[in-house]
Parts: sequence; structure tokens; C-alpha cells
Amino acid sequence: MADSFALKPRSVAVVGAAETTKMGLIPDMSQLGLHFDCALNAMTDAGLKPSDIDGVATGGEDVAVLAHMLGITPKWVDSTDVGGCSYMIHVRHAAAAIAAGYCSTVLITHGESGRSRVGSPGYAMSAASMAGQFEAPYGVTGAPSMFTIPVLRYLKETGSDIEDLARVASIQREWAAMNPRATRREPITVEEVMNDTMIAWPFTKAMCCLVTDGGGALILTSAERAKDFPTRPVYVLGTGESSEARLISQMEDFTSSRAFRVSGKQAFESSGITRDDVDHLMIYDAFAHLPLYGLGDLGFCKPDEAKHFYRERRTAPGGSLPTNTNGGGLSYMHSGRYGMYALQESVRQMRGIAPAQIEGAKISLCHGVGGMFTASGTVVFTNES
Amino acid sequence: MSEIQRPLPKPTPETQHFWDGCREGELRLQRCTRCANTWFPPRPFCPACACREVEIYTASGKARLHSYVISHRGHPGFGKEPYAIAVVKLEEGPQMMSNVVGCPQTPEALLLDMPLEVTFEQQTKDESIFIPLFKPVEG
Repeated sequence: MADSFALKPRSVAVVGAAETTKMGLIPDMSQLGLHFDCALNAMTDAGLKPSDIDGVATGGEDVAVLAHMLGITPKWVDSTDVGGCSYMIHVRHAAAAIAAGYCSTVLITHGESGRSRVGSPGYAMSAASMAGQFEAPYGVTGAPSMFTIPVLRYLKETGSDIEDLARVASIQREWAAMNPRATRREPITVEEVMNDTMIAWPFTKAMCCLVTDGGGALILTSAERAKDFPTRPVYVLGTGESSEARLISQMEDFTSSRAFRVSGKQAFESSGITRDDVDHLMIYDAFAHLPLYGLGDLGFCKPDEAKHFYRERRTAPGGSLPTNTNGGGLSYMHSGRYGMYALQESVRQMRGIAPAQIEGAKISLCHGVGGMFTASGTVVFTNES
Repeated sequence: MSEIQRPLPKPTPETQHFWDGCREGELRLQRCTRCANTWFPPRPFCPACACREVEIYTASGKARLHSYVISHRGHPGFGKEPYAIAVVKLEEGPQMMSNVVGCPQTPEALLLDMPLEVTFEQQTKDESIFIPLFKPVEG
């Protein structure tokens, strides 16, 4: 199947990867400052300086401002900005740009002062926009009251229950407990998740993502050049992207994301792997229902079987499909656009340096969501050349 | 007049007919004169076949409760009590976000697939904006 894509698997590799020096609460850095910090850390990781980089991509920040401030003269820029999965899509676009010869070395950055709100853009919405006309009048107040709306329909149609949501949060906390940089590490039972502060029924606070400060950056180059870097190359095996409705009310099927299905299918086809080949899985979890949707929409199971992956602890430490091994957006960190942190964990796992390392893992699939269920990006990585 | 201070919509040329309809007590949808597709939110062409020959019609106002959350950290204009933010499925097919009025805002009262009907609530003293809401069908 990979034959239908001009870009071949393992053509491009990640040679630099780093998060911000601190994680969680960083009131002494602006959003732009967080971009700088992780970009410099990634350059140190790869042994590069700004003049070595000729392609830049970012979302949530002006890519030209970023490139200029970092002292980079880009031959290629990408400011694709579709929410938290923008960075998965940047990886995809960067791989194509490098293969096309538009540039040789791409820096992708994310930084967000999600909690401290230092130098962050506001959330102003135009009353004349589609959301301003057809959703804002009904009292939605951001992601907790929008991203969550399809869930009651999902639970009914798939025979799942609210405890299944709570179980996702509880099991991810087990992963977070192994991660010294995770924001929330103390164990939490399903019952404790169920009894936490109610945010938007049926979602309690522990089923909702954290709100933190941080950032992360990746540097990609051709597989040929990757061998000359100090880091273990992590190859891009395949990718996918898509988008659906910006308005949550207009999502065509409340039990399944079309953007997930389209992006996931491309990622599997372009990488030429099957579900059984995946050793490590990241599914962007802004809220506890997303891993359940992801497992079904990526084809690991039918939508009504996803709950069993958690009930049977297949995604938990020691399970056959270790998922969200950094603790996820629910327990590791979530600055607002979590996608970059999922990518960082996939790269750590492929380098063999993750705090909760999966021994012998060769293939990691990293699946992102953006703007509620608006957009999706998927990247399959491998450490085998 | 609504007691709730909602963020109010600002109609655009492509949506004006919808908001005019709400003011006149009609839920107006659009359909394609070529393929009979119907859709929401408003746009001046058919998203299935790109035909620009679009017909505006009055929907039945009947709907079913498709999914919802009960927001406990709501918009300040909605007061302090939790309230449901719902997506309803119109009899004609399209989905809309709305609020369910005329019943308790509890999981026990708000049952998926329960039949609903549209009602319009005045938002401004000058009667310029009415918002479509849904209430349980009586009986």
C-alpha cells in the first residue's frame, strides 16, 4: 500500500527532540519564551545552531516572528494551525518538504503558557463567526463544555458507561506515576475519578486535561543525513491528516471521528504496517473519551470494543498495547495544544529513553486531535532503518 | 425577554434568513433544488453537489435529543445553576446546538432521543434577535 505514496517510509528522521527545561508551572516565561527554550534545547540535542536550520513550522505563534527571533533564514515555512494536532501535521508536511528538496533541516516548535497566560493570545470569538452564531449563544465555555458533548451518544451506542471514562483517567495516572516530570503522579481510583469535582456532566475534573505551561520542539532531516547526528535517529514511517467540522454540533457521527478515520487510514497505508505491528501508542487525550474513540477509529477494534482495552488493562503498564505512557494530557501535562508532548513521548520511546520505557519497542504510532474533533494528524515512527 | 445574558449572534448575509425566521417564529433550513439535500448551518450552496440554486423552507421544528453535557462551570450570563448544552437532531436530518428548556437540567429528566419541539426566545428589547431553543413535547 505504501507504493501509492511518493514519499517512502524511513526517508526522513527526527534528529533533535526536546521539551522546555521546566514543565507545568512556568510563570517566568512568555509563550514566545517557551518556544525559544524548547527550540534551543532541541538544537543542543541535535548539535545544531540556527544557521543549520532552513525550515520552520509552528502553530499558535507567528512562524515568521519565531524564525526571525531564533536567527533562522528559512527556505520553507509552515504555519498550519488546526489546534493541538498541528504538530503531527507539521511532521507530515516537513517530511514531504525535505523529500522534495525544499529544505534540508526543519525545526518544529510548540510553546504555550496555558496556565500562567504570559504573553498568550486571548480566546476572543467573533459573534459573526459560525461558532459565534450557532454555538456560543447556548453557553459553551471552551473545550470542557464542547469536546465532551458527543460522549453520551457514544456511551449509549457502544454499550459503554461513565466508569469506562473514569478508568481511562485512572490507568493513565499509573503511567504518570512512573514519570518524574508528570504534573499529577499520585494514584487515583476509578471511584475517585467518578467522585471528583463535576465540570460538565458526565465529566469530572479528573476526566479533563490539565492546564499547564510548557513546550516542545523537534528537528527533522533526511534519513541519509540523520546517521551523522549524535542522537539515535527516529524514522518517520508514515503519516496522515484530515479535518472535519469546526462546530462540534456538526460532527457527522457522535460515535466516531471522520478526521480520525481518514488520518489513521493514511498513516497505516503510507507506513505499510498493520495494527499488530504497533508496539507503542499515543492517542491525544484532552478528555477521557478520546483514547476510546481513537482505538476504534484507528482500527485497533470496533468502537464498542474500545472499553475492553481498558477493562482488560491492555493499555496499562504491563499490557499488550501500552498507550499514553507519559501519563497523557490527563496527568502528564496539557498546555492547550498537547500534540507536541505526545510526539516527544513517541520519540523518547523509539530512542529507548522514556521514563516508562517499553522494552524492545520498534514502532510507535502517535495520533493527534485538534480544535475539539475538528482536525487530526497521525505519525508512525520507527527506530529501525 | 430572556433572563439569561447570552453571547448574541451577529447575522451575516449568508445567515440573515435564518435569524429573520427565528424572529418570525420559523425555523428556516435550506435545501438543494437539484439533489434535495438539506443542511445546517446556512450557506448559499449545496455542500453535497455545489449547486447554488438553494431553496429556503420552514422546518417542522420537531427534533430529538441527540447528546448533551450539563455544564457546572457555565457562562456567567447563565447564572449559577448547572445547565444542559445539547445537540438536537432535527426531523429533517441536520443537527443543531441548543438548550433544552421547560424541564429540569438533570440526567433523569434529559433522556437521549426524547422528542423535542422548537421555541423561540426573545433576546433583545428591540426584538432584533430571537434564539431557537427546544422543549420537551407535551403528552
